[in-house]
Amino acid sequence: MDQLLLTGATFCLLLSFGYTLFTLGAGRFRPGLVNLVSILGGFALLSLDLWNRGQAQGSCPINSLFDVLIFMSWSILLIYLLVGPAYHLSLLGAFTSPLVFLLLLIAQLGLVGNTAQGRFHRDPWVEFHAALTLIAYGAFALAAVAGLMYLVQNRQLKKRRAGALLYNLPPITDLVVANDRLLRLGFALLTTGFGAGILSGMPVDNLKFVASGLLWAGYGTLLILRKMHRLPPKRMAAASLVIFALALISLPAIQYLSSPK
Amino acid sequence: MNIVCAGINHRNATVDIREKFAVGPHELQETLACIRRIDGLAGAVIVSTCNRVEFYTASVCPIRVMDGLRGYLQERTGGSEAPLYTHDSPASVRHLFRVASGLDSMVIGETEILGQLKVAYAAASECGATTRHLNKLFQHAFRVAKQVRSETQITRGSTSVGSVAVDLAGKIFGDLSGRKVMILGAGDTSERTARSLVSRGVRTVIVANRTFDRAARLAGEIGGMAVHFDHWQKAFENVDILICSTAAPHPIVTREKLEPLLRQRDGKPLFIIDLAVPRDAEPSVNELENVYLYDIDSLEQIVRQSLDVRRAEVVRCEKMIEHHVREFVTWMRTHTAFLK
Repeated sequence: MDQLLLTGATFCLLLSFGYTLFTLGAGRFRPGLVNLVSILGGFALLSLDLWNRGQAQGSCPINSLFDVLIFMSWSILLIYLLVGPAYHLSLLGAFTSPLVFLLLLIAQLGLVGNTAQGRFHRDPWVEFHAALTLIAYGAFALAAVAGLMYLVQNRQLKKRRAGALLYNLPPITDLVVANDRLLRLGFALLTTGFGAGILSGMPVDNLKFVASGLLWAGYGTLLILRKMHRLPPKRMAAASLVIFALALISLPAIQYLSSPK
Repeated sequence: MNIVCAGINHRNATVDIREKFAVGPHELQETLACIRRIDGLAGAVIVSTCNRVEFYTASVCPIRVMDGLRGYLQERTGGSEAPLYTHDSPASVRHLFRVASGLDSMVIGETEILGQLKVAYAAASECGATTRHLNKLFQHAFRVAKQVRSETQITRGSTSVGSVAVDLAGKIFGDLSGRKVMILGAGDTSERTARSLVSRGVRTVIVANRTFDRAARLAGEIGGMAVHFDHWQKAFENVDILICSTAAPHPIVTREKLEPLLRQRDGKPLFIIDLAVPRDAEPSVNELENVYLYDIDSLEQIVRQSLDVRRAEVVRCEKMIEHHVREFVTWMRTHTAFLK
């Protein structure tokens, strides 16, 4: 049943991604109902899958790298559904679906460990820490997507290309605002998540601590530089993309180090 | 029952002919009453715009109605022979659907005609001049126009330099309300562009011109503020959009002048619309971060691209229209017995 739900969710995201590619190829891209319905469908199926596995595991289902990828995919869709419509960023969904599709595909293809590593005891603070941190990753992912959209739109405007993308991507000013707010949201969630982790008193590997601290410091520095007007929007967008890519790449290592030995 | 369409438009009649046949709003009721007296005519809608004067009628004997319309128009214009085109169903239905979708307009895909058709239909309806078939025909035409616009790219992009500039400003700033515009050199195109921006909510317009009186006059007309040309850099603070159209033989907006001004802007974007020939802005200012420079050539290129995209979409639109023509003609055949 769980496999069916995950396959269904992956298919929904593939549909949104495929539709975007098809319409872009035909030169008449316009984000619409297909993207929204696919994303809503994918979100619903992932929610159901998480619920089922949470019931089975008796905890928040974040006990393996497989779980982490599924939970992060769900977080990205959740943040998109919360902020996308508020900022009229309908195209954000079209850019988000390939990322979530990729994460789900990696999880589905069995490229990551799916063995639930049971914790020694179910500490609500640890659960809270893990869940909140992954939701923060969702916000950072969306910030990276908004950053990518900014870079694409900026390039269209600079190169004076009046294609379908220029007309359908949001204004760069809106993308800067979305990128900034998503980074702030992610940073607030990450800080709270780390705070919960510290309160739980769980044992932490030094390398994991350093990697997490670097991630937190990286986003913190980005926000401070932006606040001080030291970072132009283009660099902010590029930096949010690079930091998220690094965070994503380092995730398997952090997950491995955090698992009980 | 047949739908008859007779009219003249920008293709077959020059403006001096079109103006003779134009039906103003004040004479619409009377004209409708007159043509309804034509033998065999059941109902009529008159569409009169700057580019076309067309009569859509419902009739059981199209030839008699066409002759009647010709006679009426000749009489109305004091004997002038109208270069009328006439169609009966299904060509008349196809013609209306094409007109409503903007395919028969001077600028392909323009959307104003749909509003004008709606007004014409409402006016005829108010006068009681429409029949069931005409009601159905116009409702169907509005639906076709909506579908064509939403499912094709027939309205994509802008088709004038001014509207392209406004579109681009929207893609940079989003909402234009509260934005500040500076005009360097009060030319006609810059004035039109500034007016378009003001209509989209731009808050402040600063006009700098070599002749201060001209700057003051334009500023007065568009609710802006005039400054002496030599002081434009001092008034530049917080300007979001700079429109240049001076007759200067050398660039006025140089990288050297702009760089210190940009440092005070906290990374806010600056959109420069250079309408001047020779150009007022050095091309290298486009390389500066957050500066978007468009000269007259790049704006005209976007206009051409938009028109190319629209022209390429015509075939798809025609297919859609053809489907609707068949649907309407089928409906008409099955409802011929039900006259008003």
